[in-house]
Amino acid sequence: MAEITRERFKVIGKNTKSMESISRPNIGYWQDAWRRIRKNRIAFFSLCLIGLYILLAIFAPMFSQYDYSTQNVNEMSQSLSSKHWFGTDALGRDLWVRSWMGARVSLTIGFAASIINACIGSILGGISGFYGGKVDMLIQRIVDVLYGIPSMIVTILLMVVIGNGVHCLIIAMCMVGWIGSCRFVRGEVLKLRESDFVAAARILGVPDMVIIIKHILPNVMGLIITNLTMAIPGAIFQEAFLSYIGLGIKPPGCSWGVLAKEGIAQLRIHPYQVVVPAVLICTTMLALNLLGDGLRDAFDPKLRGTE
Amino acid sequence: MAKYIVKRVLLAIVTLFVLASIVFVLVRLLPGDPFSNPKMTPEIRANLEAYYGLDKPLPVQYVTYMKNVFRGDLGYSMKYEGRTVNRIISESFPFSADLGIRALCFAFFFGIILGIIAALNRGKKLDFLCILIAIIGTSIPDFIMGSLLQYFFGIKWQLLPVAQYTSFRHTILPSIAVGFYTLASVSRLMRSSMLEVVTSDYTKTARAKGLSEFRVTFKHQIRNAITPIITIMGPTVAAVLTGTFVIEALFAIPGMGKYYVDSINMADYTLVLGMTIFYGAFLVIAILIVDILYGIIDPRIRLSGKKA
Amino acid sequence: MENLLEVKNLTFSFHTYGGVVKAVRDVSFEVRPGEILGIVGESGCGKSVTSSCIMRLNPEPPGFFEGGEILYKGNDVLKMDKKALRNIRGTEIGFIFQDPMTSLNPTMRIGKQIEEVFVGKKNMSAAEKKQKALEILKLVGISDGERRYKQYPHELSGGMKQRVMIAIALVGSPSIVIADEPTTSLDVTIEAQILDLLKNLQKTLGTSIILITHDLGVIAKLCDRVLVMYGGKVVERGTVDEIFYETAHPYTKGLMQSIARLDTAKGEKLKPIEGTPPDLFSPPVGCPFAARCEYCMDVCIDTPPETYTLSEEHKTCCWLQHEFAPDTDIKKTVIKKGEVE
Repeated sequence: MAEITRERFKVIGKNTKSMESISRPNIGYWQDAWRRIRKNRIAFFSLCLIGLYILLAIFAPMFSQYDYSTQNVNEMSQSLSSKHWFGTDALGRDLWVRSWMGARVSLTIGFAASIINACIGSILGGISGFYGGKVDMLIQRIVDVLYGIPSMIVTILLMVVIGNGVHCLIIAMCMVGWIGSCRFVRGEVLKLRESDFVAAARILGVPDMVIIIKHILPNVMGLIITNLTMAIPGAIFQEAFLSYIGLGIKPPGCSWGVLAKEGIAQLRIHPYQVVVPAVLICTTMLALNLLGDGLRDAFDPKLRGTE
Repeated sequence: MAKYIVKRVLLAIVTLFVLASIVFVLVRLLPGDPFSNPKMTPEIRANLEAYYGLDKPLPVQYVTYMKNVFRGDLGYSMKYEGRTVNRIISESFPFSADLGIRALCFAFFFGIILGIIAALNRGKKLDFLCILIAIIGTSIPDFIMGSLLQYFFGIKWQLLPVAQYTSFRHTILPSIAVGFYTLASVSRLMRSSMLEVVTSDYTKTARAKGLSEFRVTFKHQIRNAITPIITIMGPTVAAVLTGTFVIEALFAIPGMGKYYVDSINMADYTLVLGMTIFYGAFLVIAILIVDILYGIIDPRIRLSGKKA
Repeated sequence: MENLLEVKNLTFSFHTYGGVVKAVRDVSFEVRPGEILGIVGESGCGKSVTSSCIMRLNPEPPGFFEGGEILYKGNDVLKMDKKALRNIRGTEIGFIFQDPMTSLNPTMRIGKQIEEVFVGKKNMSAAEKKQKALEILKLVGISDGERRYKQYPHELSGGMKQRVMIAIALVGSPSIVIADEPTTSLDVTIEAQILDLLKNLQKTLGTSIILITHDLGVIAKLCDRVLVMYGGKVVERGTVDEIFYETAHPYTKGLMQSIARLDTAKGEKLKPIEGTPPDLFSPPVGCPFAARCEYCMDVCIDTPPETYTLSEEHKTCCWLQHEFAPDTDIKKTVIKKGEVE
């Protein structure tokens, strides 16, 4: 504490500089989200793991001496070894190659179905929410009815009719899968449309298109991406489920669901044949779920700027 | 409230109508002609023709079919000679319902407890453990969960039977396998709902009244935190149902799910479609009941007739 | 007369991710029987935290007491075990919260919520409890008590809910009621009703009230004595008249100038206090108000001001009262230079 002297008693008035000091640096929305995802170790690790799986799915089958469908009677149900990293299945097929071939199918379906669903849902939900009126009525009535029908039932029905295979799976899953994101995007857009900053833009004479692109889209994009991330594990799970009950990919083609099904048949004697696809499915779902959690936090404006 | 119920019931009826129509259209779209299968016996063929009126024009077929469906007549199986879909359902449904109810009880009971424990110990090790269980639970597909349970409890440690459904001991593993996913999502929701309540103003009021922590938790917090859980009952019933499909097949339980999966694999189209209509109707009604129940439980909705 | 409540050098902080927030710093005051004590200050000045401290209603952790004592009828609240604390809450000290909309349990009937105050305290039959609840409902101006008794909070209007909150605070016949901004979330017309009700109840029941508000109008209408808080500290205290007519702290003066009064001349502009309150993560070393003070001096920035006693009740924490300080329109009327409070 300084000495109390007479000279120090002189009115100097307000200190305008320190009065409203803002100590945080200015940072954009996406920059901030990306910074926070990187800081969130669990989410970042999850992102890396998914990246690794995608790379392995692309390259692992190319650089292996084995083929995913060639059966080998001499090497049936061999355990994990340096020759067969993940062992072989009951028909002597190499599980390392089959796993990553399966990953190609499962991940393709998971990502494709979710992205298509998110696109259809966002467009319809966006139109419905932004324009309202008759279009909204029509879309919402369709959504209400379809929402009541359990999606798994519809997907199974469609699969029974249109047959098996990757394309059919994706088509079947997209028939009703968009409803969730449609409802959710509509709700968000409706909220934004009524918000004061959109009203302000309207009053300034900003055209609809610009309002959508500049004001509404950036505000729902984070949420759409988060939802998309959360939807991918659901789609992968659905594929595995359908393949498991005999509707998805047919042998010799393979997906993680098919591998799990084949493995479960060998459960009593060769449990590792379940463990391999089980670990792959579970870690992927886990990583995507955790990434989704991380993204939700990263995009949450309430948590902005916090460490 | 009455208006709300009427609206929901009407919507449910339209939904069922649409579902039945979709099934009808899909039957016509089935690859090839499923009814001229050479493996079919003349008896089955005759039954099918009588049911669908295959010789009559399409609109007449549609009307006949709709009448049948709404009377609750779902037709004949193509593979099980002389058996109607109705009979197969009435024989197998009790098993599925039993498994489903056990799984739901297991999931909600432990899910809610886990969520409460996590919220009350926020940020501590116990909370972390509960979150871990929840996240793992949502990441393991039920058939993998089921086969892991079978392997460890049935084969490796020989603690519980892995197949059949005849005694309480037999029901434990399948119930856990079906309910685990739901348990995980219930506990996550309960945790966040509880956290909201813990910091709420009325909790502060309750404390200011000089109530014990026990009473604050049980009388004020849990009662309010549990209401949102009911909203996920609908989707939960659907999740448990799809869970029973595979778990019944896995544990050799003679329930509907097993027949459903079998009929898909044996291309018994009429059985698949009939059961699909049944499942659809069941779910639509279940969700309807849950929605109405929610309105009754939450006094705010009960009186205003609006969803909060 | 003996003081009901004495708060001495209270310091309360919160652990947060960003560090320790010093919400209340070295606050002392006392509450006398049958008086209304006002605590005034802007958002985040620590007035709500201070009041919650008295009943230990701040979550601990993350909050924690760094020092001081709170003596209720001679017993230190900070040293009480859970049971003793529960006996004080509700029956000795009542609390009226800021937002009646969210402060009542939405799933519990009104009557039940009022009766709960007696749970685990007095041995009373259900009929007696109901009797008490109906009495208090009538007292706070709710006419058809029998019907309201069975209703849920969402069936009541905002003003009604606040009356119920007051009923909850009063039903245990406490000797002190803490009202934390009881009218902030209400309409102006309802606000006047509720304030009148509080004043009347205080007169008839003889309860002391600690009234926390940011509204000087409310203070003028109800209070006997006033504490002015800023940046977690008490900067000025005194009787209502002293605070309003012999303002001795630039912050209090700023508050006065920022509101419209009957004697505000036509064309005269209201003067807001510019700037924002200090960051309590790292409170300023000197006077907390220094950065926004038009009379700021060098000494204010690095040395915490001493407390100056201006009259029996009137004290202020401002260097302007120092003998070296220049003359300004804030009068120097020190009768005693006190030690730092």
